[in-house]
Amino acid sequence: MNLQNLWFVLIVVLWSGYFLLEGFDFGVGMLLPFLPRDEEEQGQMFATIGPVWDGNEVWLVTAGGATFAAFPAWYATMFSGLYIALLAVLFFLIIRVISFEWRSRSTSPRWRKVWLWANAVGSFGASLIWGVGFANLLYGMPIDSSGDFTGTFWNLFNGYTVLGGLTVVAIFAFHGATFLTLRTTGDLLARAGKASRDLSLFAAVLGAIFLILTVIVAVNRNDKSVFPPVLPAAIGIAALALAVLLVYRGRWTWAFTMTGLGTIAIVVTLFVSLFPRVIVSSTNFAFSLTVSGTASQHYTLQVMSVVALIFVPLVLLYQGWTYHVFRARVGGPGGEPTH
Amino acid sequence: MILASSTTVDLARAQFATTSIYHFLFVPLTLGLGPIVAIFQTRWHRSGDERWLKLTHFFGTLFLINFAIGVATGLVQEFQFGMNWSVYSKFVGNVFGAPLAIEGLAAFFLESTFLGLWIFGWNRLSPRLHLATLWTAVVGTWLSAYFILVANSFMQDPVGYKVENNQAVLTSIWALLGSHWAYYAFIHTILAGLTAGAAVVFGVCCWHFARGRNVEIFRPAAKVALIVLVPVSCFNLWFGSHFGILVTSLQPMKISASEAQWDTCSHCSFSLFQIGGFTQQDETPRFSIEIPDMLSFLATGSFSGTVQGLTTLNDDYKANYGPGNYMPPVETIYWSMRGMAYAGSLVALVAVIGAFLYWKRRLERLKWFLWVGVVTAFLPFVACIFGWMLTEIGRQPWIVQGLLKTDSANSPAVSTTWLAISLAVFVTLYIALLVLDIWLMRRYAERDPSSPGEEPGGVAPAPAVGY
Repeated sequence: MNLQNLWFVLIVVLWSGYFLLEGFDFGVGMLLPFLPRDEEEQGQMFATIGPVWDGNEVWLVTAGGATFAAFPAWYATMFSGLYIALLAVLFFLIIRVISFEWRSRSTSPRWRKVWLWANAVGSFGASLIWGVGFANLLYGMPIDSSGDFTGTFWNLFNGYTVLGGLTVVAIFAFHGATFLTLRTTGDLLARAGKASRDLSLFAAVLGAIFLILTVIVAVNRNDKSVFPPVLPAAIGIAALALAVLLVYRGRWTWAFTMTGLGTIAIVVTLFVSLFPRVIVSSTNFAFSLTVSGTASQHYTLQVMSVVALIFVPLVLLYQGWTYHVFRARVGGPGGEPTH
Repeated sequence: MILASSTTVDLARAQFATTSIYHFLFVPLTLGLGPIVAIFQTRWHRSGDERWLKLTHFFGTLFLINFAIGVATGLVQEFQFGMNWSVYSKFVGNVFGAPLAIEGLAAFFLESTFLGLWIFGWNRLSPRLHLATLWTAVVGTWLSAYFILVANSFMQDPVGYKVENNQAVLTSIWALLGSHWAYYAFIHTILAGLTAGAAVVFGVCCWHFARGRNVEIFRPAAKVALIVLVPVSCFNLWFGSHFGILVTSLQPMKISASEAQWDTCSHCSFSLFQIGGFTQQDETPRFSIEIPDMLSFLATGSFSGTVQGLTTLNDDYKANYGPGNYMPPVETIYWSMRGMAYAGSLVALVAVIGAFLYWKRRLERLKWFLWVGVVTAFLPFVACIFGWMLTEIGRQPWIVQGLLKTDSANSPAVSTTWLAISLAVFVTLYIALLVLDIWLMRRYAERDPSSPGEEPGGVAPAPAVGY
């Protein structure tokens, strides 16, 4: 495998890490207005992701930075083409990030309510747009011969991409509810379990439809064979189906593993369907951006490979340790109430 | 068409300037307040004195309120290169992207993860390990600053690259990471951050002294703040002017513009204040206060040094790069330079007087000076804003010095309408957040550190913050 392809894989790993980790953060955020009965429970829900959300979001920062360094032309076209969409993502992420630090700073119920909704709306909005945005890379965007987006904001929406957005929202909500069953106690735990069961079938069906459509889009619009995209898609569908079974049996740890696997499978299926292209041009297929056409020079990729080789394992190690430190349930005997 | 495109570039520049300046209001506080809070916690860890623990909680909260906005607005900066400056991104990505990606992997992960551990780790980690998480996060913030400044330094003084197929291509990562500009900018920025952090701590202490509140608790904090502030703010004045000498050799136009120096001179005098003299039609100021030989000394390190005039430099640039105007807006640069230097000098002056009063045990009773101390908390931020204006506006018309011009580096895909929408969104959101941030900061800065009920369950050590 040459370095360009290796970096394509690494970009997929970074986005998968982001979706896997911030996915349940977003899910918990979306459920904030619905699950808790009182302010104490709201605080407990915030506390389940409080210690980790920031580290999770760095996966996005790193995915962005790594794309800039390894595939400058991809980064440039994607970020300028998705301009208004990314503006919205930034807006949603900003209000959400701030809600974490600021909500507890006043005891006023109105203040707390505002920031709770900021987190929920931010989580929902960002999930929706990530889904729409990534689906667009495969479905095709109006891109001219010099790699510049020539369409309008509304060009980003069609049946497939909107389904992509809704799927990501549903899967994240499911993933988040399942995460809560591992981190809460008492009544809140019971409600998290019910939410996870209620969401499971809907999310799994939506996920399965989207994965199948993705393979079809890959074949029809990106000149791919059914294999290999069908492989991650099948794994994703199987994982989501298993997740449904497992939540009904109350096997929460395994269920969470499966929602995580399903989330990763969606990212992987999209990128496998794209390869060797990185953005499909709907103006003229020949204008599509490719891995080799957008990659940085060999030396930059070499340097970045060494950096990744040293730091990715380190990051995994200390982030893993963080999850170990905060493994206790919030509000239960294992952990003190923090609110 | 030409008019439309120049509006687009102007809007993109306005947006980048607004969001960067805003982001950098929170960066110095993170860089400077982090280590000071860590010093407080270290003192508590060593001595067991509860006052240090209260100070850790108190200033830790102020630190975190701002850290949140710093993170959120930092994300905007990373996205904006691609969103608004796609031609630039394609041109420099091979080189410029590397330090940004390394920043994420090597520094930002460290900072974010360990800060999460610190915030929530009070009862879960051993005291020693818990203290270590804060210091690790501080190291992360400083490393972040270094890698970001490496990226920025490529725009000021490109090194470690060659141009191939209309792209800057990295030839040596060590040359890039070892850029002199980056070293200078890093030290200057860290010192500015420490100044900001210490000035804010000192200002808060002064406020409590002036009200006669919590004097026993804040006295040691004021001492730590002054121990940091006096040497750091004074040294940074010298270091900043030393940095100026490097800038003179690499970006002579920036220095000459910051002095409105139209003609080449030796034994040049430094203008402290002037009216007029900022345009080619009006090169001689109507009124000015000058220090003989001082400009030569500041720009070159020698009282008889030669400083190239703007007109001469512009002719040189025309000969090298073709016809055009290579002068940045002179009046803006002139006042940015002075805004930075004067605000920085005032901070140093207040710090020295404050330390003298502290030593004489008169600080806590001298009401008028305490209010000066409160106001001084804002000055480092003023200095930072002007400093960045000098650095970035002074680089114009280049986006990468000598390689790419700003007006041909924006995103062709991004229309004026999109830019108007995004600028409106950012300005509205940022103003709202600033108002809330100041309200929160004030509320928390005026609180009593020892007030009961602040720490859940009244158990100490309790979480500094929680949800």
